[in-house]
Amino acid sequence: MTTTMLTGNASAAWGARLAEARYVPAFPITPQTEIIESLAGWFADGSMSGRFVTLDSEHSMMTAAGAAAAAGVRTFAATSSQGLLYAMEVLYTVAGWRVPFVLVNVSRGLSAPITLGPDHNDVLAARDSGFVQLHAETCQEVLDSVLMAYRIAEDDRVSAPVLVNLDGFFLSFTREPVELPDPEEVRRFLPSPEARPLGFTASRPAARGVAVLEGPTYSYFRYQLHLAVEQARAVHDEAAEEFERRFGRRYGAIDGYRLDDAETVLIMAGSFATKGRAAVDRWRSKGRRVGLLRLRMIRPWPAADLAAALSGRKAVAVLDQNLAPGLGGILFQEVAAVLAQCPGHPPVLRSFVGGLGGKEISRGEFDHLLNITEHARPDEGPVGPVLLMTAREAEQVGQRLRIAGHVPEEVVS
Amino acid sequence: MKVAREHYRSVKDLPADEIIAPGSPLCAGCGALTTLRLFHKVLGGNAVVVNAAGCMTLMATYPFTPLRSSWLYTTMASPSAGAQGLRDALDILMESGRLPKDENLNVLVLAGDGSTLDMGLSSTSGAIHRGLDFWYLCYDNEAYGNTGFQASSASPLNSHTATSPLGTPWVKKDIFEIWRSHRPPYVATISAHDAVDLAEKVERARPLRGAKLFVALATCPPGWGFEPAMGDDLAKLAVETGIWPLKEAVEGSIRHTFIPERRRPVEAYLEPQRRYRHLFQPERRPEAIAAIQEAVDRYWDATIASERP
Ligand SMILES: Cc1ncc(C[n+]2csc(CCOP(=O)(O)OP(=O)(O)O)c2C)c(N)n1
Ligand code: SF4
Repeated sequence: MTTTMLTGNASAAWGARLAEARYVPAFPITPQTEIIESLAGWFADGSMSGRFVTLDSEHSMMTAAGAAAAAGVRTFAATSSQGLLYAMEVLYTVAGWRVPFVLVNVSRGLSAPITLGPDHNDVLAARDSGFVQLHAETCQEVLDSVLMAYRIAEDDRVSAPVLVNLDGFFLSFTREPVELPDPEEVRRFLPSPEARPLGFTASRPAARGVAVLEGPTYSYFRYQLHLAVEQARAVHDEAAEEFERRFGRRYGAIDGYRLDDAETVLIMAGSFATKGRAAVDRWRSKGRRVGLLRLRMIRPWPAADLAAALSGRKAVAVLDQNLAPGLGGILFQEVAAVLAQCPGHPPVLRSFVGGLGGKEISRGEFDHLLNITEHARPDEGPVGPVLLMTAREAEQVGQRLRIAGHVPEEVVS
Repeated sequence: MKVAREHYRSVKDLPADEIIAPGSPLCAGCGALTTLRLFHKVLGGNAVVVNAAGCMTLMATYPFTPLRSSWLYTTMASPSAGAQGLRDALDILMESGRLPKDENLNVLVLAGDGSTLDMGLSSTSGAIHRGLDFWYLCYDNEAYGNTGFQASSASPLNSHTATSPLGTPWVKKDIFEIWRSHRPPYVATISAHDAVDLAEKVERARPLRGAKLFVALATCPPGWGFEPAMGDDLAKLAVETGIWPLKEAVEGSIRHTFIPERRRPVEAYLEPQRRYRHLFQPERRPEAIAAIQEAVDRYWDATIASERP
């Protein structure tokens, strides 16, 4: 085991390399490119064996990935944002094929307007595709999650693709100290890539992806996929336990921080949770009973874990780095659905949207959010999502609008 | 004039073995199915068919498949990317010794003209460009058949479809030339009417590594509007009028495998089909028919000039 400085992208690539992925179909998109460039280099210099091939689109890339996985080859792919949406049809298709492989998504806001900064609208658009979804907070977690993802995907109880998400720029291009697991130890943690059953051979022809034209049979297969993805909850914990035994790091479906006696809980996902932890520390130092709950597993939705972690609290704030126009924060809705069915659910539940398109979330915004949540009254009824933005940022936006001539001078000042 | 044949002299030489069992939910007299049946028996059963959304998708409906070969239904736009994943995977498996050579499979894309000429063009272009070693069979029924016969970019000039009720105003895309411009080792047009020519072409392509691309005119009774029993007559007329040239390009250089010496007028082919009825009823539209005839004549004048010494 060696510790080295790696970006989130390099960590993802190392995950694929250590897992001995044998096939990588690729297509470039910022901020994912470093992943496929690293892998291309390793296939070229013999550090990885098998094939690396650049496809003509993410739609093609995902089809090739699914087909190779169906044939019995350990496969890895990576994309981001527009690429993930371009492949959307195929995400559903390959999940329906029930083929295990690992897809890394480097989160980035969606067009229009076109942007490069991260938020989670891309990855959450894939939440109903039948992929298991894990969201990483640190570079180390990216690497570790890719390894765990193969364990989960290839487990017979699951047999479905797994998506590992990391935030563009904040994680993809940030260097952190990362422990590289010992390859021999990884070989003991993961089944051999050569152990996958073969999908298509001359003596054993098979038909996959065949049409199902009767509603009941179609319902059966879709429900099977649901049950398989739900199985990933337990399989994840088994993998996490063994992972901890071998590598000393433990991951849960949810990740609590200073939750023990917390009355107010902030819920977040992804790398910005690190900023959330800092806010919790500041408030704790002022004697306030706040804690943070990071959503690591988005699919299967860890409803029971959330219910257990949240019941009895006074207030819950969900900070979504995504926006469903006309609805609000996506994860807020999913948390609210759990709490609605949960006895002793917190009387206060508030929704915040922030960090869209890579916008910072400042100390002031965290303070504002925690303040609102602490002082909210249970009888206020539903309050729409609060969009977090500092006064300086709002002034900056105003300036842009004035320059573009979209508002007269006097309106935004 | 027919070119000399090396592998098959008559239909009797074709393999007797059927890869596709009778009985499928496709229409009676489906020319695409006949083409696939012939193509597949010559290619052999050790294949995985990578299918794009279209009529043939309904050939395998759970829990049945009429195929003795393997099958992977992908999407409308990416069957060639599916072929890439499968070919690469099979090669990786053979290299690592997990798949014995005699368990290897040919990878065969099966797609309609809509998938091939429209949505799927990018994935196929990519696969040819990358030198992928695969087979491709496009059954060209000249429209989006499965969705009820709407116009595709293969729909010929002045043909009626569900979305071109006055006749398609555009000229059919030339997929043979689009493919050929990619420099694949082998491209051919085929017809179920000339099974020996079809079989011969599969044989000629077999030793070549890379993309082996075939486009077949596929007679379609409900879409074209004719009695199923007439399918072969129409396929024959398409060849004899010169509307459907039979040709191949090996490493880019073209030759026609049949040159109709005395071409029959295109009317003989058009008139029996309901999709051309508006050219003949309520009154004849000689200029529209002539436009089709002129395109055919131009094609063959150029061909004969270049292929005849
Ligand atoms: C992305 C997408 N858009 C539309 C369809 C609907 N669709 C299914 S089959 C088909 C027609 C395909 O036409 P063609 O490739 O010519 O094959 P044919 O139906 O004639 O066999 C269409 C449009 C689809 N399956 N996928
Ligand atoms: S619509 Fe045409 S191509 Fe489709 S199954 Fe029927 S005959 Fe065949």
